[in-house]
Amino acid sequence: MHEHDVIVVGAGGAGLRAAIAAQEAGADVAIVSKLHPVRSHTGAAEGGINAALRDADSWQDHAYDTMKGSDYLGDAPAVEALCQESPEEVIQLEHWGMPFSREDDGRVSQRPFGGLSFPRTTYAGAETGHQMLHTMYEQVVKRGITVYDEWHVMELAVTDEEDPADRTCHGVVAYDIQSGEISGFRAENGVILATGGMGQVFDHTTNAVANTGDGVAMAYRAGVPMEDMEFIQFHPTTLPSTGVLISEGVRGEGGILYNKEGERFMFEHGYANNDGELASRDVVSRAELTEVNEGRGIEDEYVHLDMRHLGEERILDRLENILHLAEDFEGADGLTEPMPVKPGQHYAMGGIETNEFGETAIGGLYAAGECACASVHGANRLGGNALPELIVFGKRAGRHAAGEEMGEAEITTGKAGDWEPADYEFEVEVGEAGGQGPAAADGGAVATDPDGVLEAEVERAKARVEELLSRKGRNHAEIRSRVQQTMTDNVNVFREEGRLEETLGDLREAREAYKDVAVSDPSRTFNTDLIHTMETRNILDIAEALTMGALARKEFRGAHWRKEHQERKDGEWLKHTLVSWNDGEPELWYKPTILEGEDKTYEPKSRSY
Amino acid sequence: MSTQIPKQTDESSDTDAEAEAPSKGDERRDEKRRRAAEDRARRQAEEAEKAAADEETVELKVFRYDPEIEGKQEPRFDTFHVPFTKGMTVLDALMYSRDTYDSSLTFRHSCRQAVCGSDAMFVNGGQKLACKTQISDLEEPIRVEPLPHAEVRKDLVVDLEHFYDQMEAVEPYFQTNEYPDGELEEQRQTRENREKIKMSTRCIWCSACMSSCNIAAGDNEYLGPAAINKAYRFAMDEREGEDMKQKRLEIIEQEHGVWRCQTQFSCTEVCPKDIPLTEHIQELKREAVKNNLKFW
Repeated sequence: MHEHDVIVVGAGGAGLRAAIAAQEAGADVAIVSKLHPVRSHTGAAEGGINAALRDADSWQDHAYDTMKGSDYLGDAPAVEALCQESPEEVIQLEHWGMPFSREDDGRVSQRPFGGLSFPRTTYAGAETGHQMLHTMYEQVVKRGITVYDEWHVMELAVTDEEDPADRTCHGVVAYDIQSGEISGFRAENGVILATGGMGQVFDHTTNAVANTGDGVAMAYRAGVPMEDMEFIQFHPTTLPSTGVLISEGVRGEGGILYNKEGERFMFEHGYANNDGELASRDVVSRAELTEVNEGRGIEDEYVHLDMRHLGEERILDRLENILHLAEDFEGADGLTEPMPVKPGQHYAMGGIETNEFGETAIGGLYAAGECACASVHGANRLGGNALPELIVFGKRAGRHAAGEEMGEAEITTGKAGDWEPADYEFEVEVGEAGGQGPAAADGGAVATDPDGVLEAEVERAKARVEELLSRKGRNHAEIRSRVQQTMTDNVNVFREEGRLEETLGDLREAREAYKDVAVSDPSRTFNTDLIHTMETRNILDIAEALTMGALARKEFRGAHWRKEHQERKDGEWLKHTLVSWNDGEPELWYKPTILEGEDKTYEPKSRSY
Repeated sequence: MSTQIPKQTDESSDTDAEAEAPSKGDERRDEKRRRAAEDRARRQAEEAEKAAADEETVELKVFRYDPEIEGKQEPRFDTFHVPFTKGMTVLDALMYSRDTYDSSLTFRHSCRQAVCGSDAMFVNGGQKLACKTQISDLEEPIRVEPLPHAEVRKDLVVDLEHFYDQMEAVEPYFQTNEYPDGELEEQRQTRENREKIKMSTRCIWCSACMSSCNIAAGDNEYLGPAAINKAYRFAMDEREGEDMKQKRLEIIEQEHGVWRCQTQFSCTEVCPKDIPLTEHIQELKREAVKNNLKFW
């Protein structure tokens, strides 16, 4: 068994920042990650980091833009924390040597991004995430923080009181991918989940193969609700054949979208008469798919993103990475021809329910970054707001877990504040269906002393792996691909009731099939078949909760579009969706959005760009 | 170049299993191993037949090795026939082979877009990132092997510990004695200076350069191109200041530092991010000479 004060799961932007903050606050911290830190998907982020750095800008304006972008489903205390603290965090990164793009006077450059009232997006070319990830890993090396890399965290060690609010997290159980060893990691103060996105729930995604939502799913099974999972961002500019991301920076610098007829459709077809290509991402994605559906797509599949008029010098200076991506992954030369683009799954606005310090409903368990939902992004995330979330909330969670006094949270977790049950009957059975072996149980461990809880969880993990390795059964790949397909077909940019119901049925079948899953590679050495099989379980749990939330939310808000419900309904739906695992019988419920900020209330307005 | 397989030791798990009475789990696993081997042989025979009838497939010969699996302890090549689709990369073909024919086929991969640096391999005799190597640019059959000059863990996975150690040996983090006074004030950096270090900051730690370097192969203590490039990134960053630059140069001009480089350019040739590694090493040599730091 390994013992530390704070265990951080995941080594992307949020995890690294959390570890640094916890260490600075005096904790003995260790990072456990299934990838070496520099392999994390933060490295693929391109566009930038929003921060109100200049006199003409203010955190209040940033907060206003973010609340509007969220379609009023963001919680003001979290949104304001993001906007207030992002500037100091950006300067911190610069002081750690991050190579930001510069102005002539040597100061950090900022560019316009969608949905922003001021050009406040700081960036390092079109490789901002790569530079941020490496800069923070350098600090981890400098500080000698322990990293257990290529250790896959299987489950959390959480006590098993009936009410999740009474439970405590004492550590994690992880599987050493190199050797097959299963070991407990005891966390004296706290466990911080920073496992990133869940894009592998979908077929066409900008996310890495490793982005399987592990942290979200394991917190869910331990009793923490998933929040607002139906809000998925589909990025308007991904390459059609691979889903590789083409940064919003291209449009920020002046790139233009055209349909097959050569029309600048964002204006000519009235999707966003003021902001055009720089409208919010959900608006642009729907516009593109509408063009394709109405027969104005190219090859009936995509539209064109043209940046040729920006000129070679500007492109090379600010968007060089885009040229390489378009060339390597789509065979398009961005200097001489328009690039084909279509919407692709990009980001999960929802995730593990937390307050503004990253605390979850379970004591000692935190979450930060894309896997968490504070909520900063509500129903739609603005471009350039993901990276600041990683550093602001990574730092907050790290400090809090290390024991720093940070005051009273305004956001409640679990059913501690106002809440209401959902009034929705699902036609298809959801949840566990007869149990899937020990790893599926809720909370689970019988013991209550910290070491005992961890030991019991280690034993269950060993039994689970033994079972998967020794029995004969189905390969997970086929199940995973079926889930990804139905999610991409039916729970995409446009959502209809019948097809959402159908998806729940498909997921039911996939769950049944997963009961017979087995790993055919018997090796204990680098058994990726085993890791992927365990990940597929996480994908299933997330896909189901996401679809449940999408079915029940009968309105159109932010990224969530419903064919039968074409309006935002503030009277009824100004509330967060929560799904609790509830011992294998998922429960859907709601809690109100917090629109009251420090000095003002963000009154919902119609959202036009 | 050779592929290094760790020597089998007496403590291998098989030996242990024989020494003690085999548990139920071991028996089941042994049984499974036999079954898996049979299944694999059958599937591959079927696929080969199918492929012969279909011209739109590509043939991959993939290096296989597993220290604990019977039949894989001796390295071998398995052949996979993969239906070709436009734009298919070596990584796509490997994933198809794994998901369709043999789920034990093992390789690191994550982002699929040449930024995580996980999938550097030896493809048709050259260090490549599998995700950005188009099948259509390669001659068939395509030979896929683990990176040379690193110990193979399993199939295409190599041990990167030594590479990481070298990367971390050059104090790979920003250091300065001076920060601006104002709260929320950034350090100034000229556009020219940012441009100067830009290429060096693109390194994704894939270790293709280290694998291609003959010097690194012969001298295990040589820092290697990637680590020296990391040192360059900081030494040339004007924000660190002159004192720090001196300290940086002292690190890289040590016995196993820049002077070992014989300017063969193999690292520069294989770098998937087009970093001019050899030039960076040469520039550091010149700087060291200018600063009278030559080691002889």
